Amino acid sequence: MTGATLGALRESRWGKWAVAGPPLLYLVVFFAIPTLIMVAASFRSPGEFGGLAPFVGDDGRLDLTLESYVRLAEDTVYLEVFLKSVVYALVTTLACLVLAYPLAALIAQSPKKYRDLMLLLVILPFWSNFLIRVYAWMIILGPNAALAKAVNGVLAVFGVEPVPLLFSSFAVLVCLVYVHLPFMVLPLYANLEKHDRALLDAAQDLGASAWQRFWRITFPLSLPGVYAGAALVFIPALGIFAIPDILGGPNDSLIGNLIKQQFLETRDWPFGSVLSIVLTVAALALAGLAAWVGRRGAEEIARA
Amino acid sequence: MALLEIQGVTRRFGDFTAVDDVSLAVEAGEFFTLLGPSGCGKTTLLRMIAGFDLPDAGRIVLDGKDLAGSPPERRPVRTVFQSYALFPHMTVEGNVAFPLQMAKVPAADMPAKIAEALEDVRLTGFGKRMPHELSGGQRQRVAIARALVTHPTLLLLDEPLAALDAKLREEMQIELINLQKEVGITFVYVTHDQTEALALSHRIAVMNRGRVEQLDEPSRIYGLPATKFVADFIGHCNLLSGPVTSGADGVVALDVPGIGVVRAAARTIPATGAPGTVALRPEKIRIATFAPSDAADNRVRGTVADLLYMGDVTVYKVETEGGARVEALLANSQSGRTKFFEVGDAVEMSWAVDAGHYIAE
Ligand SMILES: Nc1ncnc2c1ncn2[C@@H]1O[C@H](COP(=O)(O)OP(=O)(O)O)[C@@H](O)[C@H]1O
Ligand SMILES: [Mg+2]
Repeated sequence: MTGATLGALRESRWGKWAVAGPPLLYLVVFFAIPTLIMVAASFRSPGEFGGLAPFVGDDGRLDLTLESYVRLAEDTVYLEVFLKSVVYALVTTLACLVLAYPLAALIAQSPKKYRDLMLLLVILPFWSNFLIRVYAWMIILGPNAALAKAVNGVLAVFGVEPVPLLFSSFAVLVCLVYVHLPFMVLPLYANLEKHDRALLDAAQDLGASAWQRFWRITFPLSLPGVYAGAALVFIPALGIFAIPDILGGPNDSLIGNLIKQQFLETRDWPFGSVLSIVLTVAALALAGLAAWVGRRGAEEIARA
Repeated sequence: MALLEIQGVTRRFGDFTAVDDVSLAVEAGEFFTLLGPSGCGKTTLLRMIAGFDLPDAGRIVLDGKDLAGSPPERRPVRTVFQSYALFPHMTVEGNVAFPLQMAKVPAADMPAKIAEALEDVRLTGFGKRMPHELSGGQRQRVAIARALVTHPTLLLLDEPLAALDAKLREEMQIELINLQKEVGITFVYVTHDQTEALALSHRIAVMNRGRVEQLDEPSRIYGLPATKFVADFIGHCNLLSGPVTSGADGVVALDVPGIGVVRAAARTIPATGAPGTVALRPEKIRIATFAPSDAADNRVRGTVADLLYMGDVTVYKVETEGGARVEALLANSQSGRTKFFEVGDAVEMSWAVDAGHYIAE
């Protein structure tokens, strides 16, 4: 279809729906309806063998209850797991930011002909399966691997007991950072690549040192990329369960593991739904808060 | 001693020489212009003065100090970039405050300095706007205010008006002249626009292929071009070339193919037979059906081959009987008619000896 006919189509009322309809339908079927089902399920009781109890019980009463919400509020263990998840996701996001920023800047400053290759290397890990990459860390961090031996060798010099690297918070965090790093690099690169070199020349001309040029010009102008990257890392990191399952110790259970447990092991769908809702709302709220704080910070930097 | 001295500065990119052994001196308080066609090395020279680029040979001395060791952020030099390079995430005030912050000016002194700089460029009241809320001319003024607020020793301007439309450009030219007078800061101005250079400058260095062809006051650049390139680049000019047939008493005669003997003023008399050129401005030529009998120095007959009506003046391209082309210009002011001649009219051109100016090869 040519641009002109597409434009004409967009003009007409029917055309508007023809263009916007399919994606809208997709969102309704695969996002809105499942979310509503989840919300509905959170007000029900669990069925005897998983699933939900019948809506109209034997005694003729409707199955509508706040029980799952009450359970969440009554036991602080869920709040603790949830806070731990937030901390893990935050640490992951910050570590990704610190690691990705120089990398993205390096790629953005490289000659054009090398950039595509460098970006390809950044997304190369996606070519192998997620779980395989997580399992690979079991080998890297395993007790007989060179890394563990080197670390414990150094510790032995100072007379410290050997520590296991695998099945620890350390292993979980390392893998979380590893898995999410490209999601931070790509939006940062897309932003930094657009920066006008003349602004840095102007800043330098006006007396700014290298650090001042970064902090007053490059960084504030890159904040949209930082937000995008942070959201792309933080939100999935908050809900992840595979990595703690495979690499974590007994205390590394996160909210994602808890939700998975409710659905697959405990078979308590209503409570699993409650936890999922909390997770979704929290992710949205935190992302919004971060954007707001960040924007305030940017104005602050611009004014300072 | 001059404020800025450029001594034998050369800059090569690969085997291409962008700036070729340039030497010049800029006096304090001067409005100095580097003029030349695109690609002649003006920006490269300016960037070396600002410190963004380093000469391969030669020295740049400012206020008696060799600048070789100082990076751009430590030179008392400010640049107004062609793209303005305003910081898009800062207000006008923020932009102007930036160099003050970098210079660690006490916060209490800033508002007064910012207000003064904005007043200098007639932008009082615009401090809270963002750059994207300004017109091109206003952005330009912010860039200038930002560069001037710390009272640098030297202000470098790289084609600052190139992006503006003709009318605004003329307004800004007048403002730049006044501003420079007011603040008393030395300006080194880069442009490829000869009328702009003539209008603004105290002195002009005309550059070509990385070299300075002539360094002079505007009236002398225009009236007494030292080379064919300068004569041709500055305004329109007839270049009449041929061997010298005689020369005495400050007047040389050239035998120009298609025109005949042309007599013109010369400061040094060349040897007979040497090749030379007479630079003759179109407006110095009188054009009439018959030249008046008292205008006897140089005269040549021809027919109007082309004409360009420009409102205030008309440019006539006259083909001589010998087949040479000469451009003559006639003001349309005196007559009620729009044009004096039509294509195909037979005309006679005449000019005084001192109308032309001899250039040695
Ligand atoms: N960094 C560079 N690398 C290679 N060539 C350059 C570089 N900078 C400028 N040049 C070349 O030097 C010449 C002069 O450039 P410039 O100083 O920008 O000219 P101007 O400002 O007079 O138009 C041009 O031919 C340009 O292509
Ligand atoms: Mg240039």
